[in-house]
Amino acid sequence: MNAVIRLHEIHKTYHTGEVDVHAVRGVTLDIAQGEFVALMGASGSGKSTMMNIIGCLDRPTQGKYSLDGIDVSQLDRDELADIRNQKIGFVFQGFNLLARTSALENVELPMLYTRRRLSGKSQRERALKALDTVGLADRADHKPNQLSGGQQQRVAIARALSNEPSLLLADEPTGNLDTRTSIDIMGVFQKLNDLGMTIVMVTHELDIAQYTKRMVVMRDGKVVGDTPVSNRFNAANELCRLQEEQKAALLNDE
Amino acid sequence: MMNDMRYFVILKAAFRALRRNKLRTVLTMLGIIIGVGAVIAMVGIGNGAKAQVQSRIAALGQNVIMVFSGSVNRGGVYSGFGGAGTLTVDDALAMEKEVPGVSAVSPEVRSGAQIMAGNNNWSTSIMGEGVGYLTIRQWDIEDGMMFTDADVRAAAKVCVLGKTTADKLFPEDDPVGKTIRIKNVPMKVLGVLKAKGASMFGSDQDDTVIVPYTTGMKRFAGVTTLRSINVQAATAEQMAEVQNGIAELLRQRHRIQPGRDDDFMMRNQQEIAETMSATTEVMTALLAAIASVSLLVGGIGIMNIMLVSVTERTREIGIRMAVGARGRDILLQFLIEAVALSSTGGLLGILSGVGGAKLITMIKQWPTLVSPNSIIIAFAFSAAVGVFFGFYPARKASQLDPIDALRYE
Repeated sequence: MNAVIRLHEIHKTYHTGEVDVHAVRGVTLDIAQGEFVALMGASGSGKSTMMNIIGCLDRPTQGKYSLDGIDVSQLDRDELADIRNQKIGFVFQGFNLLARTSALENVELPMLYTRRRLSGKSQRERALKALDTVGLADRADHKPNQLSGGQQQRVAIARALSNEPSLLLADEPTGNLDTRTSIDIMGVFQKLNDLGMTIVMVTHELDIAQYTKRMVVMRDGKVVGDTPVSNRFNAANELCRLQEEQKAALLNDE
Repeated sequence: MMNDMRYFVILKAAFRALRRNKLRTVLTMLGIIIGVGAVIAMVGIGNGAKAQVQSRIAALGQNVIMVFSGSVNRGGVYSGFGGAGTLTVDDALAMEKEVPGVSAVSPEVRSGAQIMAGNNNWSTSIMGEGVGYLTIRQWDIEDGMMFTDADVRAAAKVCVLGKTTADKLFPEDDPVGKTIRIKNVPMKVLGVLKAKGASMFGSDQDDTVIVPYTTGMKRFAGVTTLRSINVQAATAEQMAEVQNGIAELLRQRHRIQPGRDDDFMMRNQQEIAETMSATTEVMTALLAAIASVSLLVGGIGIMNIMLVSVTERTREIGIRMAVGARGRDILLQFLIEAVALSSTGGLLGILSGVGGAKLITMIKQWPTLVSPNSIIIAFAFSAAVGVFFGFYPARKASQLDPIDALRYE
């Protein structure tokens, strides 16, 4: 199996004041190409720290982490920035789009920081393709404040895709969205995963985790559960069911 | 690593960020606008004054040495320079003959009188001069001619009028060939001089009558000695040599023992020029220094607003870092923003400075001179202010931790 993420005995200790906080205590985990993993756990379980390490925003205090075959555990700030740019696409809970900047320009943002740069034209083409993948090609000129929450999150996903990363890293991507839009966004992730994208998603909602293929559960800085998702939800089916439920509710009201 | 396209994108983003908060941007820029504008206007005033002084010094004539009769001490009371009456016509003639490098000499006596011409009269100064005087002072005849050596020898009753005097005495007709009366002596007007304007000490140089020094001594001043002697050196390089030659000659002629003081003194136009230029240069530097303080204050304003901007946009910085911006990219972005702010302010400041200088000339009649150099320097300086005061905030932004920045509310 071709591992995208290979974590070996990862430790992370924060030195805050007099007490050392062991946020992560020895995590070993492999995630293969094409997997769709939900990283779960209560707050304080160390999943956010794990997410920062996987996302190359932070370095482990101990242990080895290879991403796409590259040992990233000892890289410096600039090298980590380049790895984030090339290998990782981020999707955040709060969308984190640049305000007053068109969807297209938001999607182009990662390409702006690529060392070997594309021409302005091919940048645009790539960005439009990414927007098309998330179904927003017709909103390229819209500013974030002209888009709904779901649409904003789609733009964020398109931005994550624009540099063709090896890994899509989503942090509570449905946390700010209603049920229907959440299913919608999970549908986008499922579609991307079907196309071969490796996705790691941090969430604490079990029903959202049901859309993934594998659940990794953390507690007290350790992995305590690692199971394949047995009765996986399909976003399209769930949407139909939701609509029928709503119709039924309407009928009942009448 | 970086190409032009990228700079263009960053520049575009910088101007977008500045447009986002127009009032704040304009207020911040105002500091730089006032600073640059003040520097340009002040230096313009200083340079204008300097140019005016220089043109007036040049009007004194070229390579001119003025030899004055020394002061005299009678029972402890000193007369002013020229009072001793030690300079004679023979001294002047000897200078012309014996001192090498002298190209022209004009003995000078002065007096004042009420002059009459027909029904008009005018009080003015009467300068007794040699034929060479106009050459030495680089003063041209507008109409008619200068008196000749023969007139000087004969102490002839002829004169040349300054422009102001000519206008006062002959408001309507041509003075050349007419007769004026000075202290009841009828004098024939040979010519009228071109206008020379005010001297650097503010007096009107055209308000005068020039007569042969022999006539001046005998008829008007009633003296046998000279007030001063105007000497012109052939070249600027010979000035010192001529000055030494004159000193030597006069000490010898006046039989001054070695070790005793001179009974004469010399001034040359370079000395005067240097003193005056030094004065205006000090003034210019002072004005520029005061104006620079406001530029400094403007720079501090930029630093302040950039620090606020970095704090406000912490999350944006976090997003940019998360998608792969290096610290350097963030540094560059904020630095370019600061420079865009300060150099736009600089451009507007140049406009207001040039306009301000024009306005000062219009209202106060002060000459101003805004040189292209001062514009270029002011612009470069305003950009440098942006780099200097923008660096600290930009560096602060570039060193943010991406995780903290992303979490910032």
